[in-house]
Amino acid sequence: MGLSEEVELLKRIPLFANIEPSKLKLLAFTSERLTFAPGELLCVEGEMGTCAFIIVRGEAEVEVTTPDGPQIVARVGPNDFVGEIAILCDMPRTASVRASDEVVTLAISKDLFLRLVTEFPKMAIEIMRVLAQRLERTTKALANAHLGNAPAAGA
Amino acid sequence: MDRNVFRFIWRYSKRQQVLIALATVLSFPFLYYSLELPAIIVDEAIGSTLEFPVTVLGIEFGQIDYLFTLSGVFLALVCLNGAFKYYINVYRGVVGERLLRRLRHELYFRILRFRLPQFRRMSQSELIPIVTAEVEPVGGFGGDAFALPIFQGGTLLVYLVFIFVQDVVLGAAAIALYPVQAYVIPKLQYHVNQLGKRRVRAVRQLADRVGETATAIQDVHAHGTGRRHMADIAHRLGGIYEIRLEIYKRKFFIKFLNNFLNQLTPFFFYSIGGYFVITGDLSFGALVAVLAAYKDLSGPWRELLNYYQRTEDVRIKYEQVVEMFVPTDLQPAHQITGTEEIEGPLPTRLTLSSVAYTDEGGSQVLDGISLSIDLSRPVAVLGDGASGRTEFMLILARLLLPTGGRVHLGDHDMAELAETVTGRRFAYVGPAGIVFTGTWRDNLYYGLQRHPAPSLAKDEETRARERRRVEQARLSGNIELDFHADWIDYAAADATGPDGLQARALEVVSMVDLDRDIFRMGLNGTIDPATQPDLANRVLAARGQVRARLADPEQADLVDLFDRDRYNESASIAENVMFGTPVGGAFSDDDLAGHPYFRKVLDTVGLTQDFLRIGQEAAATIIELFADLPPGHPFFEQYSLIASDDLPEYQAIVTTAQRDGLDALNQAQKQRLMALPFRLIPTRHRLDLIGPEIQARLLEARAVFHRDLPADLRRSVDFFDAEQYNAAASIQDNLLFGKVRYGRSAAAEKVQALIVSVVEDSGLREPIMAVGLDQPVGVAGGRLSPLQRQKLALGRALLKRPDLLIVDNATSVLDAAGQERVHGAIQDRMEGRALIWAPHRAALAKTFDHVIVLRSGRVLGEGSFADLEDRGLLKELLDG
Repeated sequence: MGLSEEVELLKRIPLFANIEPSKLKLLAFTSERLTFAPGELLCVEGEMGTCAFIIVRGEAEVEVTTPDGPQIVARVGPNDFVGEIAILCDMPRTASVRASDEVVTLAISKDLFLRLVTEFPKMAIEIMRVLAQRLERTTKALANAHLGNAPAAGA
Repeated sequence: MDRNVFRFIWRYSKRQQVLIALATVLSFPFLYYSLELPAIIVDEAIGSTLEFPVTVLGIEFGQIDYLFTLSGVFLALVCLNGAFKYYINVYRGVVGERLLRRLRHELYFRILRFRLPQFRRMSQSELIPIVTAEVEPVGGFGGDAFALPIFQGGTLLVYLVFIFVQDVVLGAAAIALYPVQAYVIPKLQYHVNQLGKRRVRAVRQLADRVGETATAIQDVHAHGTGRRHMADIAHRLGGIYEIRLEIYKRKFFIKFLNNFLNQLTPFFFYSIGGYFVITGDLSFGALVAVLAAYKDLSGPWRELLNYYQRTEDVRIKYEQVVEMFVPTDLQPAHQITGTEEIEGPLPTRLTLSSVAYTDEGGSQVLDGISLSIDLSRPVAVLGDGASGRTEFMLILARLLLPTGGRVHLGDHDMAELAETVTGRRFAYVGPAGIVFTGTWRDNLYYGLQRHPAPSLAKDEETRARERRRVEQARLSGNIELDFHADWIDYAAADATGPDGLQARALEVVSMVDLDRDIFRMGLNGTIDPATQPDLANRVLAARGQVRARLADPEQADLVDLFDRDRYNESASIAENVMFGTPVGGAFSDDDLAGHPYFRKVLDTVGLTQDFLRIGQEAAATIIELFADLPPGHPFFEQYSLIASDDLPEYQAIVTTAQRDGLDALNQAQKQRLMALPFRLIPTRHRLDLIGPEIQARLLEARAVFHRDLPADLRRSVDFFDAEQYNAAASIQDNLLFGKVRYGRSAAAEKVQALIVSVVEDSGLREPIMAVGLDQPVGVAGGRLSPLQRQKLALGRALLKRPDLLIVDNATSVLDAAGQERVHGAIQDRMEGRALIWAPHRAALAKTFDHVIVLRSGRVLGEGSFADLEDRGLLKELLDG
């Protein structure tokens, strides 16, 4: 798959919907296409992160360590965005992401990601929206947690 | 060392000086006759003052015959004089160079004999110019010291005698001004000498400052003090300039005076000599000869004056050098060059009787230490930075002499032991980890270089060369040992030859935790299959195994293997076409598009236009992507095929190409565009520019490149061949024979692990370690980390299996786990032999039964660690 196909793919992701194609091309060109075999880790909880991933193909599980052992908190698939918290907040990964089958990703470096966010307010708003949705989900989950178990995403 | 340069020269070259003087004196009669002959020719043969025919030695000569015969004799004399001069000059050169060689050797030997504290007073940047540059004029002078005044003085005398014989008054006129010169010039010269001394000192200080900058460069930049240092250097250069200017002024004034006085004399010749010729008291021929002689007279006279100036110059330099190299305390020469040994095992008792050490600043570092140390069990020495521990350990290693008291090893006074004993039976490792320029192997074997093995050369030519080397070394008073012989004492490392020693060295390497480093070095190293065909074949066999493992579907997509018939998507186009590793400079150039052979290959397969088109498209994409990034943005370095500085130029090229077509570009612009495709790696850059059709033609280009490669370029590339070892590539690349794919997570690590496991399985670890040992460590170990340096220094000490190992703070850079491992290994290795250890943390001495605690230069206590801890003597050290 070449650059132009990747651009097409990025266009379909809501986060990048409003970004001009030449910027998406730069994003595609400067991000690395990384393929993970089933069972491999995209990111490891507690490690410092250097990039965020856009999942192009395949599915992955988001898991966190709990006193009762690892617990799957969410599943992510094509067009999903994972690993952005660590690079936005400069903190260790909050969860591990494990490939369920073969997963193809675009790894976006922290540098480029922050640059895009500063340059394109629309993209920043889009990210805020995604994060807010997740927060809302997490809050719900927390409320539910008193009753049973709960999912959350975003490593 | 003689304090006077003449005494030094005379002591070491008496015979040669006499020989030169004799040859010189012998040449004088011929010189005299060559002066007299012209007068005879002019007066007798040409001027016809004789009745012809004349009879000389019973042979009758007509006038013409007489003229030619005399001219022939003159020519013969000229040749003879020239031959004398040649012989004397060459011999003078020999004498001078031998003296210089001897002086430098002696100075170097003295540096070896300096006691350690001397090096704190003297910087190496001062020592180096002394041995290299400053003594140089002494060498040149050595051949001239006695011969020149004899030769030039004698020549002068011959000319003068000749002039006096012609006419006494003219002779008196010729030398009338000499007394004036002889009085005035030394007076003037004295000031020049004083300036010369100041100049030498100033230049030495300059050298010292330059050396200081080189060593402290990190801090100079870190503190941004470059301007201050420049000001310092400028200040010093200014000082030197002023001194030199003053020297020039005075020197040239002396010259001016000399020339003036010399020019005055002809005035007397023309006036007085002319008068005598007119009155008939002097023949015309004689005046001509006198004038010719006088012209020649100025040569020797000037030489003598120059000689006088040079003597003064050299005398000062020599005195200043000697002054530096005659410190009050030198190690006795025989301790370094001698070969005495202690037979059998070393005594196990080390006795210190009121050992004291006062440093150059006069502070008492060690104060009256009396101890009796039993070396049959390991000893630990503890103490903080101000305890004098460093000096204590150096004294135990006999590297530093106590300023008071004595150290005895059994009955031997340590101060008297030869270095054959201390250097072979002791080993000392300090905190610095000293590394020599060379390979890891050279550094590990360093301590085993004890005596040159006798040369086994059979052929007469080598033996003759060897005899000449020894003879020349002896004539210059140099050490006669053969540097190129095998100096290694294999038995000392419990080995019988190079192979056994290597096995021992590898044991030691793993003891000090360097095995992984060496292994990695080996994998990245290259070997020459011509000299190591066996290893090359085994690597090739292992390549097969790597290939087999990569066939496993789990690993299959990690590597793009090289295949002559397949395009490699993980390699650049340049690599794909060349299909080999560049050797030397011809093909490693960045700009392959400019290489005529590459251009020819592209033309042959009809790819030139495609390259232009691909170049244009790539350039256009890059410009579109990167145009509004600020110049110098890291992306350029990381992702772009075009540097940010070149972007505007490419922009112009692309604009022209889009408007007027590719043909409108000039040759240089085309070359710029064509340079881009060569760097493209399809899987990395993902520009979709290299389709299957282009790939097929690139494969064709590969075949053509191989087939048509001219003979003179054959050596510039080592082709990839599945059945051949590639000498230009590293062992690792040879094992892999392919490119790690882009885009597989952690592919490089997985491939590395796979290669390591194949190497282990096929028993290649040891030979690869051997290659690792042969990798260079950089100038003075510049390529090594502080950690590697410490480990290497320890390994060097362990390899020679010393009877007494003294370790001072030599593992400080290791991490805690490494320290534990290395310490354990060292203690095992030294089992049954003496070990005195000053660990940098007190807790590391826990297992020692004998611990000595120092504080402020005195022994605070000794005993077992537990005992000392109970007595509360270790509290501060353990807490600190």
